[in-house]
Amino acid sequence: MAELLQYLFSGLTSGAIYALAGLGFAIIYNSSHVINFAQGEFIMIGGMATATLNAAGMPLPLAIMAAMAVTMLVGVMLAKFAIEPARDADVVTIIIITIGASIFLRGAAQVVWDKEFHALAAFSGEVPIKLGGATLMPQSLWVFGVSVVVIAALWWFFNRTLFGKAMLATSFNRLAAQLMGIGVKKVLLVSFALSALLGAVGGIVVTPITFTNYEAGIMLGLKGFSAAVLGGLGNGMGAVVGGLIVGIAEALASGYLSSAYKDAIAFIIILFVLFFMPNGLFGKKGVDRV
Amino acid sequence: MTTKLMNARFGGMAVLSLVLALAPLGFANAYYYDVAVTVLFNAVICVGLNLLIGYGGQISLGHGAFFALGAYGSAIATSRWGFAPLTAMAASAVIVGLAAFVVARPILRLKGHYLAMATLGIGMIVHIVLKTEAHWTGGPDGLSVDPLVVAGITVATDRQWYWLSAAVLMLAVWLALNIVQSPVGRALRAGHGAEIGARVVGIDTTHYKVLMFVVSAVFASVVGSLFAHKNGFITPDIASFHRSIELVTMVVLGGMASIFGSVIGALILTLLPQMLTAFDDYEAMVFGAIMMGTMIFMPKGLLPSLRVAVKKKLGQRS
Repeated sequence: MAELLQYLFSGLTSGAIYALAGLGFAIIYNSSHVINFAQGEFIMIGGMATATLNAAGMPLPLAIMAAMAVTMLVGVMLAKFAIEPARDADVVTIIIITIGASIFLRGAAQVVWDKEFHALAAFSGEVPIKLGGATLMPQSLWVFGVSVVVIAALWWFFNRTLFGKAMLATSFNRLAAQLMGIGVKKVLLVSFALSALLGAVGGIVVTPITFTNYEAGIMLGLKGFSAAVLGGLGNGMGAVVGGLIVGIAEALASGYLSSAYKDAIAFIIILFVLFFMPNGLFGKKGVDRV
Repeated sequence: MTTKLMNARFGGMAVLSLVLALAPLGFANAYYYDVAVTVLFNAVICVGLNLLIGYGGQISLGHGAFFALGAYGSAIATSRWGFAPLTAMAASAVIVGLAAFVVARPILRLKGHYLAMATLGIGMIVHIVLKTEAHWTGGPDGLSVDPLVVAGITVATDRQWYWLSAAVLMLAVWLALNIVQSPVGRALRAGHGAEIGARVVGIDTTHYKVLMFVVSAVFASVVGSLFAHKNGFITPDIASFHRSIELVTMVVLGGMASIFGSVIGALILTLLPQMLTAFDDYEAMVFGAIMMGTMIFMPKGLLPSLRVAVKKKLGQRS
């Protein structure tokens, strides 16, 4: 029982990060039908910037703010210079543009920082909390807490603010939204800024647990994509649920089955779900117009 | 004359064979041959992959897996079971083809990004299995492979490999061009243009998409086998996500639905990293920037964009 609880803790911790990454995919997908393969690099940049600024003597809160600002700037520039000019290109073409962007950002991180692993001290100590025979690191609580706050804030933004509703409207029908006077170009930029922010937040809270380096975003990005597809592309809550499922399944599989196959679990679940539900768990069934 | 040269099946094949025959004149040493063979290998895979992506309209982010399965199939069959290299290559290709056939139906029901995810997943799973099942694959340390023997002759020098892979590329291009010009190709184009329309007039679009998936997997598998023998050593990283992405990028960069575009895409993307080594630490940045730039400014790929430009110029003159 204590063992199961332990696995659940670690599963929920990584699941929360996958959920944030998945949400990032969902927001960009909604505003532009683009899958941003550089989402993982947002996570990496957030973590790397905070870790290095903090190591250079900047107080943690300030380093976090700076890292979030840098990542958002990168997101906006990506939208402005790489995605907007290629709006009408094929799905494959845009996938390759964002993959090119991820290679570029990884290369830039290598130049700006280095290839080493960087650590960040836990936000509130490293004294484990005993709970039902299992131990929970305080940093894991930070991960859950921050994720819950971020997800709630996003819900509020999309359902209660005018601009959030305008973004939702754009995702349902871009042309109609444009005709109603919504600045769809601005929606694109804001969606990238938001996704970058989500990635940065995820990267910052998880770095004290996992460390980070210039390649840390690759797997996290792919897992986030898995989470988003599992929940049904474009469905925010679906991405969150998808992220948690992937995280918990991984933790259970590496605990009870084989740790070598931990990374394969996410993809096996995805294939299994897609075979039976081609639009993910909560995806809308698409209807083709002839 | 010009129309005949513009015709891909005759003019293109003639130009390609000429280029392949004359290229070695410019090769100063074995290193050139070695790089050229890599270009040719990638070109063959891309020609096959373009049938699926460009003509079938389907994405695959997992073709590195089929390449790797071909390579490991050959390696294991020759060293463990004493298969002759060609028999091992054929057996691997058949098994990979069957595997592709089995997964193709459920997978190709998916569309767009869902299909991208599923193929990516298959690639990742194969990569992880190759890394983990060390008693078969040698794990991350890799596996050494015996040289290729064809009709009693060992293919050993880079020069021999060049001519062999040039012949394989000619065969692959010829096969692909014939598929494209056949009723299968027409059915594929119809399905790509308007899938429901094609179904309404009685084309079983799924059947053709599955067929192209299998054909492209077999192309990748055969090249995988050749690569294993040529290199003499393989590691699970040949099935990595990066490898699959590289292949798709070659296809899209050269031009979707352009067989010769795939050859050019493979050429450019194989040579590019060799040229970028001068940039040292900036190599990855420059590579990513070039990848983004070409796709932003030439979303249809190099060859189709070039063709449009040339046509415009000719049109203006006349």
